[in-house]
Amino acid sequence: MTTAGTYAPRPGAAPLPRMIAAQAVLETKMLLRNGEQLLLTVVIPTLLLVLFGSVDIVDTGEGKAVDFLAPGVLALAVMSTAFTGQAIATGFERRYGVLKRLAVSPLPRWGLMTAKTLSVLVTEALQVALLTVIAFAMGWSPHGNPFAVVLLLVLGTAAFSGLGLLMAGTLKAEATLAAANLVFLLLLVGGGVVVPLDKFPDAAQNALGLLPIAALSDGLRDVLQHGAGTPWADLGILAVWAVLGLGAAARFFRWE
Amino acid sequence: MRSDPVVQVRDLVKRYGEKTAVDGLDLEASPGVTAVLGPNGAGKTTTVESCEGYRRPDSGTVRVLGLDPVREAAALRPRIGVMLQSGGVYSGARADEMLRHVAKLHAHPLDVDALIERLGLGGCGRTTYRRLSGGQQQRLALAMAVVGRPELVFLDEPTAGLDPQARRATWDLVRDLRADGVSVILTTHYMDEAEQLADDVAIIDAGRVIAQGTPEELCRGGAENTLRFTGRPALDVGSLLKALPADSTAVELTPGVYRVTGKVDPQLLATVTSWCAQHGVMPDRISVERHTLEDVFLELTGRELRS
Repeated sequence: MTTAGTYAPRPGAAPLPRMIAAQAVLETKMLLRNGEQLLLTVVIPTLLLVLFGSVDIVDTGEGKAVDFLAPGVLALAVMSTAFTGQAIATGFERRYGVLKRLAVSPLPRWGLMTAKTLSVLVTEALQVALLTVIAFAMGWSPHGNPFAVVLLLVLGTAAFSGLGLLMAGTLKAEATLAAANLVFLLLLVGGGVVVPLDKFPDAAQNALGLLPIAALSDGLRDVLQHGAGTPWADLGILAVWAVLGLGAAARFFRWE
Repeated sequence: MRSDPVVQVRDLVKRYGEKTAVDGLDLEASPGVTAVLGPNGAGKTTTVESCEGYRRPDSGTVRVLGLDPVREAAALRPRIGVMLQSGGVYSGARADEMLRHVAKLHAHPLDVDALIERLGLGGCGRTTYRRLSGGQQQRLALAMAVVGRPELVFLDEPTAGLDPQARRATWDLVRDLRADGVSVILTTHYMDEAEQLADDVAIIDAGRVIAQGTPEELCRGGAENTLRFTGRPALDVGSLLKALPADSTAVELTPGVYRVTGKVDPQLLATVTSWCAQHGVMPDRISVERHTLEDVFLELTGRELRS
């Protein structure tokens, strides 16, 4: 039974770091609990790596197939979480009033976006760990500067997050679901993930090379497969996408 | 301090494209429970959402706990609790998980387990939000509105579609909130809900407040209340009238059927029955017809509330 005074007002926001941490934990739990999201972020990249790495379906050029595939699949993992997964989850959160309800909670909007980013980064760390272990088991021998790799992954995450949030914040949830999956599929095929870009005609290659997924997989491949230094051109392409995507998302995102 | 209004809306106008949802609305809510009553589409939700900071007024001013809900949102949000008309929860979250999460966003939340128990959400177990019944979803939304120990709670149609038992549980919680000094603004199109819970009722129609007052005041206004009884034909109505307060009337409608109008209160009822006793009359089928908010709304607008 309720005693008098149970509901006596005692308002107050929790400390900001605690709010953001709680939000990031909940977002990550929701993502890991969702079967379709796991298919996209874990099952598909893993299958592609194992399948194309052990069966000679695509001509991946000189050297071991896994050395070509691992960087592409890492790029795919970033895209699946930061873009596809985030777009679909956020689209449905908007549709079901979750964003609307959180907007009147003590957690500020930028705190919510920070938590979403943390959740994406945690998921990516899990993906990278899993894919790296599998690739090593398949005889992967990566080269290059780990700092350049991290820089590529972070800029790629920023670029894909901007595009995913732009989609989630402007389209209907069902449209986001369909479009995000379609884009995922198209970029998987046409973005140099498992099919080398030089298999496409010259004109197409130049255009495809400007896609964020192509820049990310190409940059990762330059460093990890060929031991190149910092791939400035690819980083530049990703930076432009990040600025455009995040800027447009900030401008056009609708919370309900 | 206690009498400072919790909500003050002055000349609020809100348009969506061509449609004017709220059209010069004035509303002042004192501490306690205020019901915003009106038919669907009257502007209830827009008014409440303007108070919650979701809508930027096209003109007019809104103050909630003395703050501007749009410009001073950061200061206001921890002090209010909000129950949306629907949704607001991750479809894959369990009821207790979501409630615990909202509690974590506040500095001094209620005991989550006690609140779950109180609202009968304990049986939800591991069921995720999308598979909860409509009533469970609504009770969870209510729990989320109060868990942060707010000063002021906004409830948008809190019992729409609930079964009678769940409805009573919600009403009981609103009464406990009020008793503990929490103010409540609730929108409803149920007359009995407003009559049962509210200290103050604002009736909204077509984007304006057309009447405001306590349920008693509103029901007393307009047409008079009436008392009827049946007795012997041709009683001395003039003698009855002398016994009644000055502004009353008494007539024999048809032989043996009498109608008294005026301020129908316990005193008037006692006066009529003691007059009957003095005159050896058994007042058969004595009945009191007091106005309900439903009648008030019908009188003010010429329309039924639930259309």
